[in-house]
Amino acid sequence: MDIPRHWRLHNQRYKLEGSRCTRCGTLAFPPRPICRVCRSRDMEPYTFSGRGTVYSYSVVYQSPEGFEAYVPYVVALIDLEEGVRITAQLTDVNPDEVYIGMPVEMVVRKIREDGERGLIVYGYKFRPPLTA
Amino acid sequence: MRDVAIVGIGQTPVREHWDKGVRDLAVEAVLDAMADAHIERADALYVGNMLSGKLSGQEHLGALIADYVGLEGIEAVKVEAACGSAAATLRQAILAVQSGAVNIAIAVGVEKLTEMTSGCTTNALAMASDGDYEAEMGLSFVAINALLMQRYMYEYGVDKDDFAAFTLNAHANAAHNPNAMFRNRMTREQYANAKMIASPINLLDSSPIADGAAAVVIMPTDMAFDFSDKPIRIAACEVATDTIALDNRANPLWLRGVECSARKAYRTAGITPEQVRLFEVHDAFSIMAALSLEASGFAEPGTAVRLANEGEIRRDGRIPIATFGGLKGRGHPVGATGIYQVVEATLQLRGEAPEALQVDDVDYAMAQNIGGSGATVVTTILERLERK
Ligand SMILES: [Zn+2]
Repeated sequence: MDIPRHWRLHNQRYKLEGSRCTRCGTLAFPPRPICRVCRSRDMEPYTFSGRGTVYSYSVVYQSPEGFEAYVPYVVALIDLEEGVRITAQLTDVNPDEVYIGMPVEMVVRKIREDGERGLIVYGYKFRPPLTA
Repeated sequence: MRDVAIVGIGQTPVREHWDKGVRDLAVEAVLDAMADAHIERADALYVGNMLSGKLSGQEHLGALIADYVGLEGIEAVKVEAACGSAAATLRQAILAVQSGAVNIAIAVGVEKLTEMTSGCTTNALAMASDGDYEAEMGLSFVAINALLMQRYMYEYGVDKDDFAAFTLNAHANAAHNPNAMFRNRMTREQYANAKMIASPINLLDSSPIADGAAAVVIMPTDMAFDFSDKPIRIAACEVATDTIALDNRANPLWLRGVECSARKAYRTAGITPEQVRLFEVHDAFSIMAALSLEASGFAEPGTAVRLANEGEIRRDGRIPIATFGGLKGRGHPVGATGIYQVVEATLQLRGEAPEALQVDDVDYAMAQNIGGSGATVVTTILERLERK
């Protein structure tokens, strides 16, 4: 994986920056150049709060290359409180304790290491909120 | 537009073909299809494939395969739409013949997945999803489908064990298909004890990584009886798309790409789902079989697993699926699968399926090939043709 690719995505990976349509207000993550609802091209950056609930999840036992060290790990679809859904790993949680509807919040963590080239990729993961 | 028919079919067995590369497999299937159609020349060749560049270090399959099947000089190109590549390729071949630009076209799907380690292949297959926002987050293609299955079980109150009906049906049929990868029957106990890959998807919910190639020869229907005793009319072949990422869909459990592609196909063919005698479904995972049955109009939302457990997907049921074993039993050489489905549906319509697999009175057969988690969907309806 190339360094410029990760650099290009840093506002998404570290800040959960998506887009908002200035005409109809529709939010999107990842950001889109054109509104899926009204087709407007007048979009502005929008930073999501990072709070949400689990829509669905899976415990991964056979991982892609680069993720072996984390097995078993939990991936999930998360409904953000702004009404947009996102795909991410869960962290700081026992896989047995994950359930649909579980509240979660975003944190920045190491996503994986590219062993050969020493590249370490950071980005968003979600965990149970520290404060209720 | 001109009416189009299939006049020749070819397929390699689906296996781990250690002794054959992507070139050998495609050539074998194309030459079989050309022999079946009694042709030595064609006007154009379309090659469906997803991963030859990544796994075999070979792109430019159009020219390569045309060269090695003795058709050097003709128009040839590769078409890619992830696991939907093969049927998307057939669609391009059909358009070419319908338009009049081409008279005889060959569509071949080929995939060589066992060239690399399984971890490398897993990463390659994940390229069917959103690279930046799904695969890079650690989601294998299995995990993406697991998110669908988990939510399906939650929303519709379906037990994991009840999905076994899809696996049992696929393997029971594959046992009679000499080209199938897995020719062993499965039991509910084996399903219940299968190794978990990404919960709730276990090994027997998944189609196997495999190598293979399948090909068809098509031409205008008014020429077809000169080349085949049993030409099969292509009543429809319709493509639709949906968002690439699962999370961008309002209701991930309703595959809008499937609904749109199937509806267009029914309209083009002038038939209703009730007239479809059998359905070669894209059962890459058990959950995909369920969701495809529902969005194609064969079951109400949340009821496809029950349909399967009532025996309605078996050969003698209301809507037989995976009649040659499907992706799970026959195997899933991704960029070839869509044309395997069409070859199998053609055998059913010709009445040339193995006796234990032959469905009675097939007038219309449907095949549906899906790329990604429903992002590209190609629905093909085939019809038996009577000599005028
Ligand atoms: Zn808008």
